[in-house]
Amino acid sequence: MLAALEDGWADPAKLYSQARRARQLLDAARAAAAEVLRVRPDELSFTPSGTAAAHAAVLGGLAGRRRAGSTLVHSAIEHSAVLHAAQRHVTAGGTTTSVPVDRAGRLDLDAWSAAVAAPGVALAALISASHEVGTLQPVAEAARACDAAGVPLYVDAAQSVGRVPVPEGWSVLSASAHKWGGPPGVGILVVRKGTRWESPYPADDREAGRVPGVPNLPAIVAAVAALRAATAEAEAEAARLAPLVERIRTVVPATVPDVEVVGDPVDRLPHLVTFSCLYVDGEALLHALDRRGFAVSSGSSCTSSTLRPSHVLEAMGVLSHGNIRISLHRDSTEAEVERFLAELPGIVAALRAEAGVVGL
Amino acid sequence: MRTESVGTPPDEVVDCLGQRCPLPVIAAARRLVALPVGAVLRVLADDPAAAVDIPAWCRMRGQELVATSTVDGSPAYDIRRVH
Ligand SMILES: Cc1ncc(COP(=O)(O)O)c(C=O)c1O
Repeated sequence: MLAALEDGWADPAKLYSQARRARQLLDAARAAAAEVLRVRPDELSFTPSGTAAAHAAVLGGLAGRRRAGSTLVHSAIEHSAVLHAAQRHVTAGGTTTSVPVDRAGRLDLDAWSAAVAAPGVALAALISASHEVGTLQPVAEAARACDAAGVPLYVDAAQSVGRVPVPEGWSVLSASAHKWGGPPGVGILVVRKGTRWESPYPADDREAGRVPGVPNLPAIVAAVAALRAATAEAEAEAARLAPLVERIRTVVPATVPDVEVVGDPVDRLPHLVTFSCLYVDGEALLHALDRRGFAVSSGSSCTSSTLRPSHVLEAMGVLSHGNIRISLHRDSTEAEVERFLAELPGIVAALRAEAGVVGL
Repeated sequence: MRTESVGTPPDEVVDCLGQRCPLPVIAAARRLVALPVGAVLRVLADDPAAAVDIPAWCRMRGQELVATSTVDGSPAYDIRRVH
């Protein structure tokens, strides 16, 4: 890490000695990340973010298969990075097929299999686990359907890498360092050997021609160190956090009236939990929680710049207002969770009393 | 999803145009309990979140969403009081 800060200013592509040292650090980081993801180092590129990796995965995957067709199949609950790349594809004359999920936020595998088997499909994109409700997606089964149809599968694994294993069978994968506890501004793009992928960017030799620009070496070295640490601790961390999530999932609906806990109760990420409180304004709830020192997110429309409800909650058909998403991390403690559980009923009751909706 | 307005006229209409969720859902909940069982309440609501939240409310409360339609260019949700 200190070496990366000392020599990290150097351009790994140049020949002076600091640059050679930088090159070695980058190679070592790539090899270490590849080992964690069980891929070949030459299949892995570093990107400036998870978003950039998702854009490259989608647009490059489509470009590489343009002779096969121009349809992108994706789940209805992809991250906005994937959906915005899909929009770009549509603007350029391509088509997309959005595959629905069930009430628990799990991919409809029959619809997925039919969609990828349709003529003219260039690429299929599936998030490994929902970033909003935590439901793990049936990646292995989806990959089998893609394989049978001869369609490459791109998996946005930002929520899984460093936390839970990602099933095999994909051709392209992306991840994001700040999601596994690394620094922001580093993403990973993996393109398996034999995958038809073509850079959507103007030509540049960096990162095997997949990502333009000089890589941010100090951040990459830190990201890979964090990835190794997170992966080594993943099982123990999941064993610590999953019971806390389970406790939130059972206590909240028992102590707060009219709450809908969303997402699959079993097949889920160990650290994420989401629920909606009927008749409560999501933004007001967020602010009330923030005042008590709880940093949480929301998929409610009143908290988004688009004024639209979360497309994930919409696709699941669950209540979108009064929505709260709690993401537990390394520093989250049981005591904190207990304080949250103790204070939430009063906070929600006060907001409902203020809105005059008690007893409705 | 959306069908053109069909069939029986509602027993009552509540206009929530311009209101943001959860207000249309709250209005629907308030008005429906004032109607007799079997009556149909039409909620006019143009907040996009209402398209998610009104059906979800009906499911959670065991009330019946009879139809969603477009009335004078605005989304309308017809809810029958079941209990
Ligand atoms: C599933 C998913 N994909 C992509 C991203 C984008 O990653 P980044 O924040 O590094 O741009 C995120 C994180 O926000 C995510 O959760």
